[in-house]
Amino acid sequence: MKLSSSAVRLIIPAASLAVLLAAVFYMQPRAMSYTGLNLLFNLAVPIALATVAQMVIMAVNDLDLSMGTFVSFCACVTATFLQASPGTGILIFLGAIAAYAAMGVIIYVRELPAIVVTLGMSFVWGGLAVLILPSPGGTAPGWARWLMTSKPPFVPMAIVASVVIALATHFLIMRSSFGVLIRGAGGNVRSVERAGWSVVKVRAAAYALAGFFAVLSGIALVGLTTSADANIALRYTLLSIAGVILGGGEFVGGKISPIGAVIGALTLALAGSFLSFMRISPDWQIGAQGAILIVVLAMRLFLNRLEKREKSR
Amino acid sequence: MFIRKMLFASVAAVCITAPLSAMADTAGKKIALSNNYAGNSWRQAMLTSWDKITKDAVAKGVVAAADPFTTAENQATEQAAQIQNLILQGYDAIVVNAASPTALNGAIKEACDAGITVVSFDGIVTEPCAWRIAVDFKAMGESQIEYLAKKLPKGGNLLEIRGLAGVSVDDEIHAGIQAGVQKNPQFKIVGSVNGDWAQDVAQRAVAGILPSLPEIAAVVTQGGDGYGAAQAFAAAKRPTPTFVMGNREDELVWWKQQKDKNGYETMSVSIAPGVSTLAFWVAQQILDGKEVKKDLVVPFLRIDQDNLEANLAKTQKGGVANVEYSLEDAQKVISAAK
Repeated sequence: MKLSSSAVRLIIPAASLAVLLAAVFYMQPRAMSYTGLNLLFNLAVPIALATVAQMVIMAVNDLDLSMGTFVSFCACVTATFLQASPGTGILIFLGAIAAYAAMGVIIYVRELPAIVVTLGMSFVWGGLAVLILPSPGGTAPGWARWLMTSKPPFVPMAIVASVVIALATHFLIMRSSFGVLIRGAGGNVRSVERAGWSVVKVRAAAYALAGFFAVLSGIALVGLTTSADANIALRYTLLSIAGVILGGGEFVGGKISPIGAVIGALTLALAGSFLSFMRISPDWQIGAQGAILIVVLAMRLFLNRLEKREKSR
Repeated sequence: MFIRKMLFASVAAVCITAPLSAMADTAGKKIALSNNYAGNSWRQAMLTSWDKITKDAVAKGVVAAADPFTTAENQATEQAAQIQNLILQGYDAIVVNAASPTALNGAIKEACDAGITVVSFDGIVTEPCAWRIAVDFKAMGESQIEYLAKKLPKGGNLLEIRGLAGVSVDDEIHAGIQAGVQKNPQFKIVGSVNGDWAQDVAQRAVAGILPSLPEIAAVVTQGGDGYGAAQAFAAAKRPTPTFVMGNREDELVWWKQQKDKNGYETMSVSIAPGVSTLAFWVAQQILDGKEVKKDLVVPFLRIDQDNLEANLAKTQKGGVANVEYSLEDAQKVISAAK
């Protein structure tokens, strides 16, 4: 049986998640329950959403270094405006998504490096977050809290949410014509242009879509934490990039896997728990997390090489 | 204001929550410490104190385990995940020094719902189901002026050294100092600088403002800045005022030198990093079925003229004067809150 390259792309992240999960279950049998799985994975839901957002940006061959501060900003808006006056909150989010779209256009039209523009924007989002919420606080909107803490029968919310996110983005990015355009704009701009599409519009749409997922990530995060803090999601910038790469995406535009990205985010969250169950001292934890990443990536390089050898035969 | 609001809210919560069921023994109970940061001398001393007291408690069979966990990146979402892991690991109580007063509330609520006792200290959390061991920084500021009022009944000019701007601790100590000055109008704050709780910053700031100041009777501080201020006064060849110190080792050494030379008198006040051990005993008492108010106040550690030598001898070089709490101390704090 011959596996397609997208299937190969999924094997490694899925296998590493399974191995980690088995190890966690072995060390902590309590985790093997409804509440256990929920506790292990519920904080991975906002990470998964941020990872999907980052993945859309990476699909058009850019990198978003403002993801963490933008999600923090969205969390602050959720805990203040969206809760107190939903109309204003939604308007702010629409404005933020429009800002993302504009960012995509400016980067393309002015031929600016995305890393520089998004790094600059990260200070803007950080500043706005502090302005909205100078000291930690705010309250989660009731519906967000209800959604994130609801208990569906048999399968915990965290798993249901992850599956829904993975499938929805899979159909949007891998199965729809819009998705093909986004991946095309990252993989081969010229062919998209020649086919008569407006690359500016495609990139604006891709950035707006990323902004939309990041907004969802902020809302999900506040639904879990009940209140916000201007620095709440700073680590999401690196986590989201690592999640995309871990899930089979590549820095070269167009090569992405939405299901893989969600699995990558879950794996990263699980790696943290795994190390904590192992009682590894905090001094070593970042290093150990890095080591897990390197092992997974090394395995993927190895598989890629095998795949190439098969093709050249 | 915020703290006060929180107090009311949590007192209300105490009234609502059902009385705890009585348990006699905590020998089988496991307590975890969730700590967000370990990167300075105060936090290191805090972890060392925890280790020392809890190892002893475990050896004596007071509790089954008391394990410290520190997050690597000092981030709220990371600590929230850590707390959820601790729930899974089956701890009966979690003692928290929190990265954020609010961002952990979701995870803390999960822990409470799982029947776990959560005690926060130093970096406290606002979730009503958790216990809080807070430091009354306002009283700490006020106590400085009270001391000075006794020592300098005639009053005089004060120089205030504040901490890091925008941090709540700075606001609270400052409010306490202002309240003290209002009660003792013989004192007047003639200058105020930000020393950022660091000797070098304080020294630069004080050296900058000194030429514009009249004679200073005393310097009120927030800790970590008294030694630098003293250096600035010496460099400017100004008469030495009364510096209120903040329990850092270099400050105590300077005070001791002055005391030996010319009988210099002052006092020193700050929070002891050993407050982690107080939180440990409070958690143990709650597990033991004792009724404990949700909001407790930590006594701050004050050093005076007569116990300077004793405290200095116990303080590590480059460290902070510390005190570890015993079960009896915790019981005293608990009954004082009733």
